[in-house]
Amino acid sequence: MTVATKERKLTIARAMAEAIAQEMRVDERVFVMGEDIGPLGGVFGNTRGLHEEFGSERVRDTPISETAFMGAAVGAASDGMRPIVELMFVDFFGVCFDAIYNLMAKNTYFSGGEVQVPVVLMTSTGGGYSDAGQHSQCLHATFAHLPGMKVVAPSNAYDAKGLMTAAIRDNNPVIFMFHKALQGMGWLGTEKDAIVHVPEESYEIPIGKAAVVREGTDVTIVGITSGVHHGLKAARQLAERGISAEVLDLRSLVPLDRSTVIESVRKTGRLIVVDEDYHSYGVSGEIICSVVEQGVALKAAPQRVAYPDIPIPFTRPMEQWALPNADKIVAAFETMENNA
Amino acid sequence: MKPSRDQKIWMYEQMHTSRYFEECIEKIYMEGKTPAFNMANGPIPGEMHLSNGQEPCAVGVCAHLNADDIVTSTHRPHHEAIAKGVDLDRMAAEIFGKKTGLSGGRGGHMHIFDARVNFSCSGIIAQGMGPAVGAALSRKLQRKEGVAVAFLGEGAANQGAFHETLNLAAVWKLPVIFVIEDNAWGISVAKSASTAIERNDKRAAAYGIPGHYVPDNDPLAIFEVAGEAIARARRGEGPTLIEIETYRLAGHFMGDAEGYRPEGEKEALFARDPIPKLRQHLFDNEDWSDAQDQELVARAHARVDKAIQFARDSEYPAPEEALEKVFI
Repeated sequence: MTVATKERKLTIARAMAEAIAQEMRVDERVFVMGEDIGPLGGVFGNTRGLHEEFGSERVRDTPISETAFMGAAVGAASDGMRPIVELMFVDFFGVCFDAIYNLMAKNTYFSGGEVQVPVVLMTSTGGGYSDAGQHSQCLHATFAHLPGMKVVAPSNAYDAKGLMTAAIRDNNPVIFMFHKALQGMGWLGTEKDAIVHVPEESYEIPIGKAAVVREGTDVTIVGITSGVHHGLKAARQLAERGISAEVLDLRSLVPLDRSTVIESVRKTGRLIVVDEDYHSYGVSGEIICSVVEQGVALKAAPQRVAYPDIPIPFTRPMEQWALPNADKIVAAFETMENNA
Repeated sequence: MKPSRDQKIWMYEQMHTSRYFEECIEKIYMEGKTPAFNMANGPIPGEMHLSNGQEPCAVGVCAHLNADDIVTSTHRPHHEAIAKGVDLDRMAAEIFGKKTGLSGGRGGHMHIFDARVNFSCSGIIAQGMGPAVGAALSRKLQRKEGVAVAFLGEGAANQGAFHETLNLAAVWKLPVIFVIEDNAWGISVAKSASTAIERNDKRAAAYGIPGHYVPDNDPLAIFEVAGEAIARARRGEGPTLIEIETYRLAGHFMGDAEGYRPEGEKEALFARDPIPKLRQHLFDNEDWSDAQDQELVARAHARVDKAIQFARDSEYPAPEEALEKVFI
C-alpha cells in the first residue's frame, strides 16, 4: 500500500504571504502597509504577490516614516480595520517605539477594554550575515517585556502560516517576529529545516502555545526561531553520545507557555535556554526563572546560550564567534555535567 | 461659512461648560494638597493640565463634527472632550479614578477614551497625529463617512511625528485636519525660543496642503476656517493644517508657578478672555438677553455639578481590577 503524501514545502516568507492573502480574501478589513511591501513584495519576501492580487489600496507602500505609519496603524485598527504593518528591521523600532508601546500596547487598557487595537506588526530579526549592529538584532525581550502586546516568532513555515493567521484574527496587537536566516531568502543564508510542508487550507497555531519539536528525557533545550534549529542540531550531536535531549519551540513569547517548559523540565531535570537576543535581562533568564520559581527539582544548574551583551559586530569572525550555535549548547550541557 | 445663531449659542454653552468644569477640577485638585503640595494627594491625584482660555479651539472645530467623526486630543483634553460630546459624568469619574470612569480608572485625565463619540487623547506631544491619520485612512478604505481631527499644541510642530504625519496624510490625501492650539508656551519655553518660524501654518506649504492661521482666539473665526477645512476633507480633497492663536489662562499644569511669564502677560490675557467676548457678541448681534444668559450658564453649571457629584459618589475600583483589560 502506498500512502499519498502530497508535500508542499514553503519558505516562511511564502507561508506568511499565503496566510495574509487568505485572510485578505475573506476579511475586507485586513490591509498591509509598510516600506517596500507593495510591488517589491517586501524586502524579505513576505508580502510577495499581495500587491498583484489586492492592489495599491490594500497593499500600501509607505514613505520612510515609521512614526507616522505605526501611529496610523493604531488609528486604523481602533476605527475597525485590521492593519498588518511591517517594520522592516526590528532594529528600526527606535524611530517609532512611542506609537508601539505607548499607543498600540496601551490603548485597550486605557479605554477599559472599549477600544480594540488589532494590529499585526511584522518585523525581521536576527543576524549571522554581517549586517552589523543596526540590522541584526532580535530584541525579543524588548517587546515581550512591555505589557499589552502579544509576541510570536516562528521557527518554520508551518508555524509561520498558522501564527500569522491567528495574529490577524486576534483582537489585540501582535508582534510577529521573523528571523531573516529562516526566511528562505537565499541571500540571507537559508536554514533548510525551516522550509517545511504547509497545508494549502487556512489554519491557526494558537498564540501562547509552545511545541515539543523533539522528545527526550535527559535535558530540555528551549529555543525560539534560530535557537530552535541550534537546539535540534545540538540534540542530534548529544544523541550520538547517548544523551536524549528534548527540544521545545516557544513559538510565542507573550503569552508565554510556562507550563509546557515546566512539564518538560520536571521530566528531564536539566534546562538549557537558547536565545539569539542579548544575554542579560532576557528571555533566557525569564524561562529559567519561571522553572526555578516553581521549585522544579533540577539535576544541574540551568544554562543559557544567548548573545553576549555587546552590540553586534560586523566582521565575520567576531559575529560568528558571538552567535549561539549547536556547539555552545553541547558545551553548556557538558558544563552542567561537570558541575553536577 | 459663518456660524448661525444656534451654533454660536452652542459654542458659548460648551465654553461655559468647559470653563466651569476646569474651575471645579481646579478647586477639588487642591483638596488634600495644602499646606504641602504633593501631587499624589487628594481626590484628584497626578498631573492636571487645565484648558482655561483654549475653549474657542475646541468649540470652533467640534461645532462641525458629529459623533462618527474622530478626534485625537492632547494632555490638555477637557475642552475638546466636552465639545466632542464625551460622557461628562464618566469623564469626571475617570479623572477621579473611579470605577464608573470611562476606563474604570486605568487612564485618568490624560487618557480619556470615549469610543461612543470616537474621542481619545494621550499624554505625549504629537502622539495623536498618527492615530488620526490612521482613522482617516480607515474611513477612506471603508468608504465610510467621517473625518479625523488631531488637536496638538504649538510645541508639537517641532516633533518628528508632526512632519511624518503631515507628509503621509498629504501623500495619501486623507480626510484629516490638524489643529494647532498655539498657546505660546511649551511648559516654560516660549514659542519664539523653540520654533524656527513665527507661524506653523506656513509649514503646510512643505506638504502641499492648505495652511490657515486664526489670530486672537476668536471662536467665530475658528468656526469659519475649520468649517472650510472639514468640508474640504469631507469632499475627499485631503488634509488641512490650522494654527490658532489661543491663550493658556492657567499654568502648564496645576502647581506651575509660571515664573517664566513676562510681567503683565497673564493680566493682558485675562482681559481678552474669550468667554465674556463671545457673550458681548451675542448681546450685540444675536438679540441675547440677561435672562437667556443666566439660564444658559445655570444649565452648563448644573451639568458639571452633576458630573462632579457623580464622580465623588462613585466607588473606587477594586485594586486587583488593575489586572484586567490588558488584552481583550
